[in-house]
Amino acid sequence: MEQLSRRRFLKITAGAFGAAAAATQVEPMLRAADAPKGTVVEIPTYCEMCFWRCGGIASVRDGKLWKFEGNPRDPQSRGRLCPRGTGAVGSHFDRDRLQKPLIRTGERGKEAWKAVTWDEAFTFIAERMSRIKAEHGPESIVMFNHGVGVRFLQHVLKSWGCTGFAGPSFAQCRGPRDVGFTLTYGMGLGSPEPTDIENTGCLTLIGSHLGENMHNSQVQEFAAAVERRIPIIVVDPRFSVAASKATHWLPIKPGTDLALILAWMHVIVAEGLYDRAFVEKHGHGFEKFALELKSSTPEWAAAETGIDAALIRTTAREMARHRPASLVHPGRRVNWNGDDAQRSRAIALLNALLGNWARKGGLFYSQGMKVAGFPLPKYPQSAKPAADNPNGERYPFADETVTTGLRETTLTGKPYPIKGWWVYSSNIVQALPNPAETLKAIQALDLLVVVDTLPSEIAGYADVVLPEAMFLERYDELLTGWGRQGWLSLRQPVVPPPGDQKPGWWMAKELAAKLGVPECMPFKDIEEYLAFRVEKSGLSWQELKKVGVIMGPKQPTTIEEGLEIEFPTPSGKVEFWSDQLAAKGFDPVPKYKAPPQAPDGFYRLVSGRAPVHTFSRTQTNPLLHDLMPENELWVNAATAAKLGVRGGQYVKLRNEDGVVSNRIRVKATQRIRPDTLYMVYGFGHENPMMKTAYRRGASAAQLNTRYVTDPLMGGTSIHGNFVTIVKEA
Amino acid sequence: MFEFTTTRHNPGVDPLLHVWGWEIPLYLFVGGVVAGMMVIAGVAMLRTAKGEDTRGFFSIQTPLLAFMLLNLGMLALLLDLAHPLYVWAVYLTFQVASPMSWGSWVLLIVYGILLVSALVRLHEAWPWLGRTFPVVERWSHAITSSPGRMSLLGWLNVLFGVGVGIYTGILLNTMVARPLWNTSVLPVLFLVSGLSAGAAAMHVATRFFGRRPAPQGMIGGFLSAFVQPLGPEPPARSTVDSLIRLDIVLLAIELVLIALLVLGLLTSTASHAEAAKLVLGGPYTTAFWGVIVVAGILVPIALQGLELSHRIPHTVLPALLVLAGGYVLRWVMVNAGQASEVVQAAVRQ
Amino acid sequence: MSNPRFGMVIDTRKCVGCMDCVVACQTENDVPQGFCRDWIATEVRGTFPALTMEIRSERCNHCDNPPCVSCCPTGASHVEEFGRVVHVTANRCIGCKACLAACPYGARYVHPEGYVDKCTFCMHRVKEGKDPACVSVCPTHCMVFGDLDDPKSRVSELLRTRKWHVNLPEAGTRPRVYYLT
Repeated sequence: MEQLSRRRFLKITAGAFGAAAAATQVEPMLRAADAPKGTVVEIPTYCEMCFWRCGGIASVRDGKLWKFEGNPRDPQSRGRLCPRGTGAVGSHFDRDRLQKPLIRTGERGKEAWKAVTWDEAFTFIAERMSRIKAEHGPESIVMFNHGVGVRFLQHVLKSWGCTGFAGPSFAQCRGPRDVGFTLTYGMGLGSPEPTDIENTGCLTLIGSHLGENMHNSQVQEFAAAVERRIPIIVVDPRFSVAASKATHWLPIKPGTDLALILAWMHVIVAEGLYDRAFVEKHGHGFEKFALELKSSTPEWAAAETGIDAALIRTTAREMARHRPASLVHPGRRVNWNGDDAQRSRAIALLNALLGNWARKGGLFYSQGMKVAGFPLPKYPQSAKPAADNPNGERYPFADETVTTGLRETTLTGKPYPIKGWWVYSSNIVQALPNPAETLKAIQALDLLVVVDTLPSEIAGYADVVLPEAMFLERYDELLTGWGRQGWLSLRQPVVPPPGDQKPGWWMAKELAAKLGVPECMPFKDIEEYLAFRVEKSGLSWQELKKVGVIMGPKQPTTIEEGLEIEFPTPSGKVEFWSDQLAAKGFDPVPKYKAPPQAPDGFYRLVSGRAPVHTFSRTQTNPLLHDLMPENELWVNAATAAKLGVRGGQYVKLRNEDGVVSNRIRVKATQRIRPDTLYMVYGFGHENPMMKTAYRRGASAAQLNTRYVTDPLMGGTSIHGNFVTIVKEA
Repeated sequence: MFEFTTTRHNPGVDPLLHVWGWEIPLYLFVGGVVAGMMVIAGVAMLRTAKGEDTRGFFSIQTPLLAFMLLNLGMLALLLDLAHPLYVWAVYLTFQVASPMSWGSWVLLIVYGILLVSALVRLHEAWPWLGRTFPVVERWSHAITSSPGRMSLLGWLNVLFGVGVGIYTGILLNTMVARPLWNTSVLPVLFLVSGLSAGAAAMHVATRFFGRRPAPQGMIGGFLSAFVQPLGPEPPARSTVDSLIRLDIVLLAIELVLIALLVLGLLTSTASHAEAAKLVLGGPYTTAFWGVIVVAGILVPIALQGLELSHRIPHTVLPALLVLAGGYVLRWVMVNAGQASEVVQAAVRQ
Repeated sequence: MSNPRFGMVIDTRKCVGCMDCVVACQTENDVPQGFCRDWIATEVRGTFPALTMEIRSERCNHCDNPPCVSCCPTGASHVEEFGRVVHVTANRCIGCKACLAACPYGARYVHPEGYVDKCTFCMHRVKEGKDPACVSVCPTHCMVFGDLDDPKSRVSELLRTRKWHVNLPEAGTRPRVYYLT
């Protein structure tokens, strides 16, 4: 697979460092339990309620977990956590949590379990894994994962010989965006995306619904931008919270965003509003690019998108007026239609026209912090091709492992059979498109191990379920944060787990022993590992445990601050025209294709986020459940009246493949296009062990049976389904 | 188009306030009946003081029944409290702006008045009492033999009876937040309704009389005091007729007051007009007009009028309807009132 | 130093209705499960696509003319000396619920233990020099808490320089939570 980009994250290398071990420190949580009555002990740690990983401070009162607040030192939270973080204590008290390791006794998915000891669980796993290795090789066991807690489990599996590790965050989320940007600038955006909303003079959001989508620091900057009264342009079929604060709301027809972006670029180029200096200095293939845009007029786009041509012109001129401090947000979960890498490339190009790359108020360069690694043995090399994307043939421009590629290989057995899945903290039954395929693939497995905190849908199908301690109960790998300034953040336990749950690092150590690779975890416990890394970097382990966050050195992140930029693309420049795309038979400049029309009586179903939930994994948290126990189906008021449904009424949805959802409450509102339906993603749980969330609301994932795979990089669509409303509770 | 959402879902508060169920309407109703009975008893005591009406129906049975009902009402009140073990806290202070504080202290006084009123001639109907506790008989005699003391007791009953009747309405009408209650008609309406319910209750009581001599024992004697205060003869026809005439007048006044209530709401603020809709097409319409007005006022007026002119036989039905209507009036007001809210008068752009 | 009169000023333009204030209050104050002391209200006006929306974080308004105080028979519901905030003394409350009926905002609830409960403006935090939990957590920084009687306070400054409204002025309670528009 050709190296397309230089990933901007710190690789933990196995260097030849000294092996000084740090002294074991007293567990802060024991101190908390011993304190006199009424005493509050504060322990800093970073949050895992989502992937923003804000630094917080947990309070324990009389030995009981009390609250979780932001750590003022932390650049993500800036002292204020989002509602998920604030409600994190609920996850500790969640009654639906997995308590003990489980091994299934009946058929997969029948929820017949026997509780076992950790030793029994690992013995079982190791035995099965060894059998698979003997018959097919270690590459036949792959892992799906999301979250920092997987770090050591992944390390052990790699040390044992596994090579296939995929997070849904690539193919089912931001992957198309990063590939689109890599094709343009030579590098992706990473996480968190380096959007300088704080300093921008004009913000454009395409589908991004900040405020309901709770990227903490971005929401904080967004609110400040609202206060500064900068122009805000929001493109969304729904009158989101962000749209309600916008100067211009473009209620676009779903699936047509690329037409709008091309039309914007058409106006900016035709009227000479783009950053000529930037284009002349850094652009490659601009003339050919400009030519391609000729037919993408606002009038043409108006017919496709339903947005007034005059408004398209106005907003194009507005965003250009404020360049380079004019930012078109690249989005996050961009896998809408199956052409999303090209659409993201269009957004990258639009930003390039505005000249905001590495500029204040635009997209800055994230900086990190160097932290020493712990000396670890090298991983064995494998001769086999990547299981998800053998020799890059399936997805030529994918630069991370494609989850659905692994699934496909599991189903087909080509290029080699996949017989084992590890799934860490990733409810892939909801995350991957067309759940039926996931369930079919599972049937082909000899081993399915799920590590989770909750009895999620995927856990329901496992052979072995390993209950993980939630983040307030464990140590994890150090977080080296990337942003305007790098920082180091510590996760440490605040309270002990309520049951037999264990942290990922502990599981990894036990697993390593059982798998015969104990030498890959050459430290007594994780504190030794962490303290070593911290002290080796010239920092104080005691200090870090006390304050939670240590900032790195300030480095330039923009040209204004003295940053020197280069573009690691084939041409060494910003590729307005992409030769490498052309070479593979793809459009060198994004081309719009009209989406399919909804059949009569059917509506496009789109989904999004709520600020109080994370994917499908917080619905049983008692605090967050109380804030939002179920999702609602947004139906335009006129559409609802036409269909004879009322707000508050429960209906079901049926898609074109006949899949019927769970019942969902109707929200009849003016705040959405008449041809579109919307719901928050992550509800409609089908695992009865999630008692609090069982069959509350409907699952958009369940209805995603018609999906398109992005031919560039394997991203899978989520907004390609048409549904009809079935009127009965 | 206007869309409003709230994330609050507090039990008892959302979507509409509902913290008072049947207990408070029962308390208010009983309060009204007691108020009516106290006025009737008080008038009877005043007559007794002047030397009239020594039969004792209104001056023995009425206060005794009223005392019993008062206890029932207080029980309902106690059952309504969410923090009953702290009920003594009302007697640590007097909150001059709080109708309920007034009510708590007045209740103490009324309790005393009714206890005395119930006891003062009880031994005449319940000889066992006088035999066992001669002090009661002596003390009673001290009151009944003195026109001055009897008159005082009578006035106390009348005045505090009126006070209690009005108070049950004031308890509700001071609340601006509940526009349905927020009308000065309410206390008068509850008073008049209470008086008519009191009369109706006594009318029902007149149906219970025995022809055999009263038992002399403790329990038998106590129970018979309720129904045959002084001998086996039923109350005179004229007594009953006077109750009926009183009731018709009170019901007619009540009708006028209800009309004033509704009209007053409709011509007041937007919140008041909105609240009126609860009984004008809203969920409480049938109860309000069907039960309270028609069954509880109009029909009894008609029936009783026909009874007085001897066109139909005398039954207890009208009285029962009045009582039912009286309770439902409190029930509707308490429940619909909780459902009424202050609304945004001006729509912000 | 004169006694402050505490109030809140909330910028509805910045509020995104994320409910952080709701859950922060719940954890800070051990609010019983299923209850909340503050909540998010939204008002949408217009017809698609010409729409406006106001988002408000609401709670007890600690009114200057509090009907919940005048109706209380025991004085449990009272105005505190410090800050002029409206508080409920739990062990003087009989649970008669007159104050729930008296409040036009529905700000109170009956605690499962029997007494009436509501927002306290986190006086326990204010006395330590901190802001109420909801103000402290808000990721949009849309909430400001302070002394309305101090002309130099941020709340006073905002009320002088921005357009604002209060909830249900029709009720005549003189609420002390102000919404900037």
